[in-house]
Amino acid sequence: MTPASKARFRKGERVAMSHGGGGRAMADLIRNIFAHHFANPLLDQKHDATLIARPEGRIVISTDGHVISPLFFPGGDIGSLAVHGTLNDVAMGGGKPIALSAGFIIEEGFPLDDLDRIAASMGEAARAAGMPIATGDTKVVERGKGDGVFITTTGIGVVDDAVDIGPHRIKPGQAVVLSGPIGDHGVAIMASRQNLEFGTQITSDSAALHHMVADMLAAVPDIALLRDPTRGGLSATMNELVDGADFGLIMDEAAIPVRTEVASACELLGLDPLHIANEGKLVCICDMDKVQTLLDVMAQHDEGREARCIGEVCADQPGFVRMKTAIGGMRVVDWLSGEQLPRIC
Amino acid sequence: MKYVEEFRDPKLAENLAAVIRAEADSAREYNFMEFCGGHTHAIFRYGVQDLMPDNVHFVHGPGCPVCILPVRRLDDAIELADRHGVILCSYGDMLRVPGTKRRSLMVAKSEGADVRMVYSTLDALKIARENPDKQVVFLGIGFETTTPPSALAIKQASEEELENFTLFCNHVLTPAAIRHILDAPEIDPEEAVRLDGFLGPSHVSTVIGSQPYEFLADKYQKPVVIAGFEPLDVMQSVLMLIRQVNEGRVEVQNQYARVVTREGNERAQDLVDEIFEIRPAFEWRGLGSVPESALSIREKYAAFDAEKRFEISEKVSREVKSCECPAILRGVKKPKDCKLFGNVCTPETPMGSCMVSSEGSCAAYWTYRRAETLAEMAAERDLEPAQ
Ligand code: SF4
Repeated sequence: MTPASKARFRKGERVAMSHGGGGRAMADLIRNIFAHHFANPLLDQKHDATLIARPEGRIVISTDGHVISPLFFPGGDIGSLAVHGTLNDVAMGGGKPIALSAGFIIEEGFPLDDLDRIAASMGEAARAAGMPIATGDTKVVERGKGDGVFITTTGIGVVDDAVDIGPHRIKPGQAVVLSGPIGDHGVAIMASRQNLEFGTQITSDSAALHHMVADMLAAVPDIALLRDPTRGGLSATMNELVDGADFGLIMDEAAIPVRTEVASACELLGLDPLHIANEGKLVCICDMDKVQTLLDVMAQHDEGREARCIGEVCADQPGFVRMKTAIGGMRVVDWLSGEQLPRIC
Repeated sequence: MKYVEEFRDPKLAENLAAVIRAEADSAREYNFMEFCGGHTHAIFRYGVQDLMPDNVHFVHGPGCPVCILPVRRLDDAIELADRHGVILCSYGDMLRVPGTKRRSLMVAKSEGADVRMVYSTLDALKIARENPDKQVVFLGIGFETTTPPSALAIKQASEEELENFTLFCNHVLTPAAIRHILDAPEIDPEEAVRLDGFLGPSHVSTVIGSQPYEFLADKYQKPVVIAGFEPLDVMQSVLMLIRQVNEGRVEVQNQYARVVTREGNERAQDLVDEIFEIRPAFEWRGLGSVPESALSIREKYAAFDAEKRFEISEKVSREVKSCECPAILRGVKKPKDCKLFGNVCTPETPMGSCMVSSEGSCAAYWTYRRAETLAEMAAERDLEPAQ
């Protein structure tokens, strides 16, 4: 048997407290799983801290903790999600990704096989995104003190000096563009958590958006705002924008894409797709006359093929998100209060 | 589900709205009570009111199962979890409703009580099986729709001879509550709400059928249309009510015929009948004691009755002072008439039950019509003469 094909860990082996103890077991775990899947020149510096050459422009940084059940779901897993989530936050700041750090908190007894799958999927997502995992950390907690695996990722990127993205640039008359159908991720998770069958499988939309964002910024450098409507869904993102602002937002329900399977699942569970999490969607606010240019650019990417203009920024009723309903009425779109729960009756 | 889109079609909605505008007699007002919280939610979520002429009004009735549970019963449930150390299971919204001194099941849980949110009675049974050394109580609430699952749980527990499962039964009956509202003017003329008809509940009717509403037409001379929950269902039902009123007809009509029959689901009714019997009277939040308006567990299944298994103390239960939920549940006040609306009482910090469930009137106004409601409240305050 050549060393390369030697099994990296024993079949059925589980994470033990010694894997976090700083000794040989920990070194083996890092080498056999993380270094194996994440291999890249930055990580190979093998320092406690990684040196990165100074880029031009401004630095954007974002961090995110990933706590998710189940760890594997249709369309992804906690590993790829941890990469996409942070990468997208960097992209929403207008940043081109440079590098990622990853911290793992693993529960004693967690199967190494599953950890290997997660690390493999993370390594692949990071490679595909061109955002190497430059540094990391591993801790092991006693059985019962964690939920399998928690991953914290921090991403850094660089923003061109010409780009200025932020809520301060939003003004009445601008358009709101959404990159595709909402609710896929949240419903996929809920369905796999509750073991619900909906006839067709609903898969998470977890995806990296920075390539599309780069093209969008190249075509329309003066985009006012980018946000990814993750936890809390589209409604939370929109409400964050108007909170304390001197403008309001109006959406058109008929223009907001929702897949039929997702709409049906929401109907069944008494949930509102507007409140459901997404992991591969973005909201963009830009001048009205740039909408078509952006839609054309977005259509070149899988992640933006179903992009639409879903509303506009308004001067009246500042602080409120309103929606023209599918049947032509009007209503406020509020934050979700508490946790979204299936209805009783 | 393939039906959903056609019941939200904007063209059809526009046409229906035009017919309603044409047929509603501008010389009169139409006040229709939607009894069921599901309708309240649909009306607000789709902005159905915006498509109605000014003289067609929705009066929101006491049909939200979370809203109508009186504080006393909630305090009893909290006591079960606190004092008797049971695992108390219930549906999500119920956990947030404030009881006396604003203590909710959620607060009890944070203080150490074992309170668990479940999605179905079967989840509660599972918890009982997995915890044989603990007593598990399911806090059963709701109208005729949620009663069959509770009946099934008792039946199953009895078949399995599960000794640690009981139901704290708070299931209530729709027709009795409607009757009570219509009798209210005789009890207190100040409370008279003028009602020209009812949008009958649809989920409830899939179980009990349309027949139990016939007394409303026969005895009280009120038109009823059993209505589905889609926005176009609601609009079409309003049109049917307007036509009955205009033509002087008084009938029970069934707009939701794709699901509801006159007789309902007889198997479910038999199951409910086997396990439960009618209580002589039951306290409703807002309505007070309503005769023959709720169910209790029959003697044969007494072993599964939390009220019989545990001693529950006498107590003085109080709602939050100045909360107008009771009047709102009777349809005599609107959320804007409550001083607490929006300043201290919001879905994050509910003071009353109507702000908790998405089917409650206060939550619906806050969530979907906050801008208008706050503006109206401000305007009314300005009009009040300076003290
Ligand atoms: S606003 Fe709050 S306190 Fe007032 S009636 Fe509604 S629920 Fe009760």
